[in-house]
Amino acid sequence: MDLMEYQAKELFARHQVPVTLGRVVEDPADAAAAAEALGGRVVVKAQVKTGGRGKAGGVKLAADPAEATARAEDILGMDIKGHTVRRVLLAPAAQIAEEYYFSFLVDRANRNYLCIASTEGGVEIEEIAHTNPDAIAKVSIDPAIGVDEAKAAEIVAAAGFPAEAADVVQKLWAVFVAEDASLVEVNPLVQLADGSLEALDGKVTLDENAAYRHPDHAAFEDKAAADPLEAAAQEKGLNYVKLDGQVGIIGNGAGLVMSTLDVVAYAGEAHSGVKPANFLDIGGGASAEVMANGLGIILGDAQVKSVFVNVFGGITACDAVSNGIVQALELLGEQANKPLVVRLDGNNVTEGRRILAKANHPLVTVVDTMDGAADRAAELAAQA
Amino acid sequence: MAIFLTEQSRVIVQGMTGAEGQKHTSRMLAAGTNIVGGVTPGKGGQSVDFAKRSIPVYGSCADAVKSAGADVSVVFVPPRFTKGAVFEAVDAGIPLVVVITEGVPVHDTAEFFAHAQANGTRIIGPNSPGLISPGRANAGIIPADIAGPGRIGLVSKSGTLTYQMMYELREYGFTTAIGIGGDPIIGTTHIDALQAFQDDPDTDAIVMIGEIGGDAEERAAAFIADHVTKPVFGYVAGFTAPEGKTMGHAGAIVSGSSGTAAAKQEALEAVGVRVGKTPSETAQLMRAVMAVEEVAV
Repeated sequence: MDLMEYQAKELFARHQVPVTLGRVVEDPADAAAAAEALGGRVVVKAQVKTGGRGKAGGVKLAADPAEATARAEDILGMDIKGHTVRRVLLAPAAQIAEEYYFSFLVDRANRNYLCIASTEGGVEIEEIAHTNPDAIAKVSIDPAIGVDEAKAAEIVAAAGFPAEAADVVQKLWAVFVAEDASLVEVNPLVQLADGSLEALDGKVTLDENAAYRHPDHAAFEDKAAADPLEAAAQEKGLNYVKLDGQVGIIGNGAGLVMSTLDVVAYAGEAHSGVKPANFLDIGGGASAEVMANGLGIILGDAQVKSVFVNVFGGITACDAVSNGIVQALELLGEQANKPLVVRLDGNNVTEGRRILAKANHPLVTVVDTMDGAADRAAELAAQA
Repeated sequence: MAIFLTEQSRVIVQGMTGAEGQKHTSRMLAAGTNIVGGVTPGKGGQSVDFAKRSIPVYGSCADAVKSAGADVSVVFVPPRFTKGAVFEAVDAGIPLVVVITEGVPVHDTAEFFAHAQANGTRIIGPNSPGLISPGRANAGIIPADIAGPGRIGLVSKSGTLTYQMMYELREYGFTTAIGIGGDPIIGTTHIDALQAFQDDPDTDAIVMIGEIGGDAEERAAAFIADHVTKPVFGYVAGFTAPEGKTMGHAGAIVSGSSGTAAAKQEALEAVGVRVGKTPSETAQLMRAVMAVEEVAV
């Protein structure tokens, strides 16, 4: 889960990282009072989970409370890379002497952690990597040891930060470890005119697999911004991602479902360009309830014209999947109104196909191969 | 031969007394796996009855190593106990630990991987279906009846895509099929499996299945160029995945312009790997090459 800046700063504050929390407002009418409380001169910053806010016009300086209201009006409701701005953060304008870049992240290639730091902060790290690669320090971190005093000193020296930054580095490390983050990025980490350091921005990605040990992280979820179908699927414990196409997809196993989307997209090229409408992995269990929940979500998507159920029975038995489909269609009744193409293979496939043949449901077509079934589902969607 | 797992492997199951552990132990036994014990803290001295055999339960991995000579552990314990279970297996000196558990926090994986690496233990997974050397042994949840023994080596991030591809190529059979898992940090990579298949005299050709996220496939391509002389066939899932969305597997995410399926396909093709657009096209590409090679022999 990605956090917005103000949420990241809340986490920073919990671990004594120097930060100014500012005020979050959702209504421009509240901006003036917030600016007043912060001393009048503020920066108004769009709160969205994407980079490049500044370039998109989502970060503006306001000289006084009246201007803060005007800037909040400009920014709230703005679209930044597909994200609608619903909140702005007002923060006192800082007297910046130096801007640094700093991050801790999970290094997938080396299977440990990596610290990236640079004295050329304030611009995106990709840009620094392009224009001035020598200004970037990369320090590998052994997960068995972490960032102790010596490591923090090593990082600070490699980056060319002032020595007193080591303390902030250790506090950011505490955020990374204690909060189970897979990314903690501060850009810019600034040295203020008085010499002190402050995290002026923050980007944090939390590991959802660790949610069980952080019940407080649930409060960071932005329910309002979630797609309504995705929110409904999440409530039912379904692994669903909404896409922009016409063929609804249900499958088992993340890899096979991803592959199913691709195969449908290829098949769609021959059928007026229809595309997959979603990712939905029903996982190992394919009970009637899970199938009905999945079908219910997919049929609730007005864009969907046909549905492709693609199951390879590994542990899941195909007869259980077929029973699930038959019972789900009964449960859904008239709500089930789109053609279903089903492809089954693997564990107990003969019995699975027999069950569907016997049920002889008018909406269901069984096709033997994955490619053939994808083609049929795309064709049906194109005809609808 | 097979890689990492053979009929000689002495396998224990951590979490054997749980529902999942018990179900899959029964399947692994049916596939001929030499299961020498289960490990559940506090249940040492008990045993679990399966169709043909009673399997002893040990209270610790150390006991299982001492009493039963265990050299492979398959881990079925829940996410919150996985790190502890793997540390225990590593500390007991078990050389191969297969972590089936899905949903392990990445910081836990980073820690137990570092610990395993420092102590010479190979980890497969987490979030892995395990590995099967058909006709010899099965450590994990890959169904044993999809394909028999043969001369193809298969490595994949995904479980069900492994099954699909084994099914597509069942006429050839496999030395070993290994699911390395879809998490951001995994103990055994595509490269490790490629190296092992290259060194295995009974493996004639390799199928490599990748998916969006990270750059493991790109690094595997560079490795293939320098170290793999056997024919490699590839498949990559996730061409239609949108940027910034996690597609089921914790590691399957396109970030900005990195981690895309197209980049992975391009990198693999650049080093001579034949990449199919679908699993069945990949199988088709392999059939075409294998047919030519059979004629040549």
